[in-house]
Amino acid sequence: MLNSPETLSSVRQEVPFLSLTDVRKSYPGVVALDGFSMDVVPGEVIGLVGENGAGKSTLMKILGGVVRPDRGTIRVDGIDHEMLTVEGSMNAGIAFVHQELNLFENLDVAANVFLGREPLRAGPLKLVDRAKLRGMVTSLLKRVGANFSPDMPVSKLSLAQQQMVEIAKALSIRARLVILDEPTSSLPLPETEKLLGVINGLRSEGISVIFISHRLHEIERVADRVIVLRDGIMAGILPKSAINHDEMVRLMIGRALKARTIVSDRVAGPVALSARGVRTSAYPNHQVDLDICHGEILGLAGLVGSGRTELARVLFGIDTRLGGELKLEGKKLALASAADAVASGVFLVPEDRKLEGILLDLSIAQNISLPNMPAHSTNLLVSTSSENRTAEKQRTNLGIRAPSVTTRTGSLSGGNQQKVVLAKWLAMNPKVIILDEPTRGIDIGAKAEIYNLMRVLADVGVAVLMISSDMEEVIGVSDRVAVMHEGRISGILSKERLNQENVLLLAVGKQPK
Amino acid sequence: MSKKDAGLLLLILVVGAVVAAINPRFLLPINLANTSNLIGLFGILSIGQAFVIITGGIELSVGSSIALLGVLFIDFVATRGMAWPLALVLILVLGGLIGLAHGWLIARLKLQPFVVTLCGLLIYRGVARFYTADGTAGFAFGQNFPTLEFLTAGRTYGVPNSFLALIVIMAVMWVVLHRSVFGRYLYAIGKNEEAARFSGIRTGRMIMAAYVICGVLTALSAVYFAMYTRSISPASHGNFYELYAIAAAVLGGFSLRGGEGSIVGVILGTILLQELQNLVNLLGIPSSLNFSVMGGVILIGVLVDQQWSAFRVRRRMIRAARVAPQH
Repeated sequence: MLNSPETLSSVRQEVPFLSLTDVRKSYPGVVALDGFSMDVVPGEVIGLVGENGAGKSTLMKILGGVVRPDRGTIRVDGIDHEMLTVEGSMNAGIAFVHQELNLFENLDVAANVFLGREPLRAGPLKLVDRAKLRGMVTSLLKRVGANFSPDMPVSKLSLAQQQMVEIAKALSIRARLVILDEPTSSLPLPETEKLLGVINGLRSEGISVIFISHRLHEIERVADRVIVLRDGIMAGILPKSAINHDEMVRLMIGRALKARTIVSDRVAGPVALSARGVRTSAYPNHQVDLDICHGEILGLAGLVGSGRTELARVLFGIDTRLGGELKLEGKKLALASAADAVASGVFLVPEDRKLEGILLDLSIAQNISLPNMPAHSTNLLVSTSSENRTAEKQRTNLGIRAPSVTTRTGSLSGGNQQKVVLAKWLAMNPKVIILDEPTRGIDIGAKAEIYNLMRVLADVGVAVLMISSDMEEVIGVSDRVAVMHEGRISGILSKERLNQENVLLLAVGKQPK
Repeated sequence: MSKKDAGLLLLILVVGAVVAAINPRFLLPINLANTSNLIGLFGILSIGQAFVIITGGIELSVGSSIALLGVLFIDFVATRGMAWPLALVLILVLGGLIGLAHGWLIARLKLQPFVVTLCGLLIYRGVARFYTADGTAGFAFGQNFPTLEFLTAGRTYGVPNSFLALIVIMAVMWVVLHRSVFGRYLYAIGKNEEAARFSGIRTGRMIMAAYVICGVLTALSAVYFAMYTRSISPASHGNFYELYAIAAAVLGGFSLRGGEGSIVGVILGTILLQELQNLVNLLGIPSSLNFSVMGGVILIGVLVDQQWSAFRVRRRMIRAARVAPQH
């Protein structure tokens, strides 16, 4: 605190608007937040960082009045509460701007800002007082430095402009604390600048801001203080003078990583799938170069929105690639549709299992046979016995727990559904298999089975590409890890250099150590 | 036959018995033959509609297509002197092309089926009226096509050949929808098009094929209708026929969201609709109430079905909760 700028020390003398003391929240089997305390002073920008699962969202839920803490006090304006209610939180002036924007694209800006709270004209018809509404929204937009009119349809606004509408909405309830949850994760750079400007504007009005972001350099630039969460506890507080990138990363990790799967000492085989200069819709101007070898599990890490899923969709032919070239075992691979990828032995286990991975209303056997119908038919007619035989074999191999292969897939547990998705591809001798968040929403036991399965696949020479946001999974399971940052591969880490810190550094666009 | 179909069959038999009890003319061979002829005509186009509805789509232009293709068929055969087998093939191809165009707009250009086929409804009706200058297309006095007339409007051992044609088409289409790979794909697409695509199915092609099948079957029924009425005033011929087909499918257990329904179901739906029409005539209900009776029965049928399945789901959940170990 010795070298704090003057603005900050003057701010510090004020009474905190909000303070949490010794707050704890546990869910069955996991402590989400423990012994957590913090103060928010008026006109202060707090950067809040931590890995996925560190407790950030639990903290947000407590502040929003959605979740009741097990223990601890929440003091707002000098009054102690055991918990906040949703109304209480709103009335206290706590406003949220979420990563996913909650705007109605079909309405104009003014309508969105005061939706459900429109100023009404006198009279029995209760018509909306459009002139008054427009006036109120215009002044709010001026406060956030927006240069568009309240009459603009939201669909015509850029993402950053939509963020500004959300912030205007927050201000419209006379917010005293605005919580921005990953506001920049989907913004390109110039737009991010604008948003940081808005945050500075809020500070000068005396409004506090909690700024949650994975983009540490933005935190460096805008925060007065940084709070680091790790595994539900406060890992550290950095005053303005001590905020720097490496320190934040150190505090975020701060623990030894448990290795938890079989590590193979096999040497990877020749290149199976190679991408050169591939561009996707996520970052149309950035190119991806990537080689996936036979017999290896290549982890693909990166922040949400870094373009990993889009890359997977392009490799599987679901999305058309905007440029570049794919080669499978040295031969050019032209993908006009997923059907082409399936025909060449490139398979995808998609991120959204229920929407993309399986058909819940079909039986296990029907799901498994679906991509391979020609093999399960004679004279264009389905051979149910052949379907069931294959499904039965896969059920035994993968340990799919179900009464029979004719069971409706929708009635299985998440882990068993995921095994059905895997089974349909394993039944077809994959060359390359891409798994997008393969263990999301799956219990620990099934997770381990899926890791083992991936290893078995790699051992028989399949090229496995695993997209994952779970750091332990990425490090524990992969032979090599490629990290994506803003639509590019920012680096590839071999086993020797594979550690959490290096993955994080690459994920935020820095050089590993 | 599913439970749903069995229930529908039971309803058909009960309604039939009631009508027969009130008015025994219901069971006269002439009445049964006429009704089964209509079942044949409407059944063919309803099967076509069923293929589209299975994919989660809808085909609203059926009635207008029947007017346009019927006018063209009579014009080819009666006025231009074309050999009727050639004219028949031409009309079927034309119907297929209409379906292909719809399917292409829907699957490739991602237009909504409702919009595409609504435009078709308007366009083909207009073209049909323009083609005959809003006059009536018909056969000249004394023009005879014995084979064609036998195949379309004739009878075999008292059974209308249109009904026999429906049975053949039904058998073929049952195999296609319920036993073939293509049928499996259609169900998968109707249930979840995205997941089907992620399983490597060429969903666009399959959807287009469904519309082509609908177009061809509609064209075939257009020929049957033309030979049944023998003269066509294009302003009114085939009006609302698409709705008969959709109603038959809905009655037969199809979901307009796609992925649900059977060939047997849509045929039973067609039979029930024609039985209701017949009932209106035989029971002396004013024929102006015709559509109201149909609408009322469909509404009640769908309501009962929906409530019944909701009840079954609840019962199953209660049972499961009792059996499953408590955590």
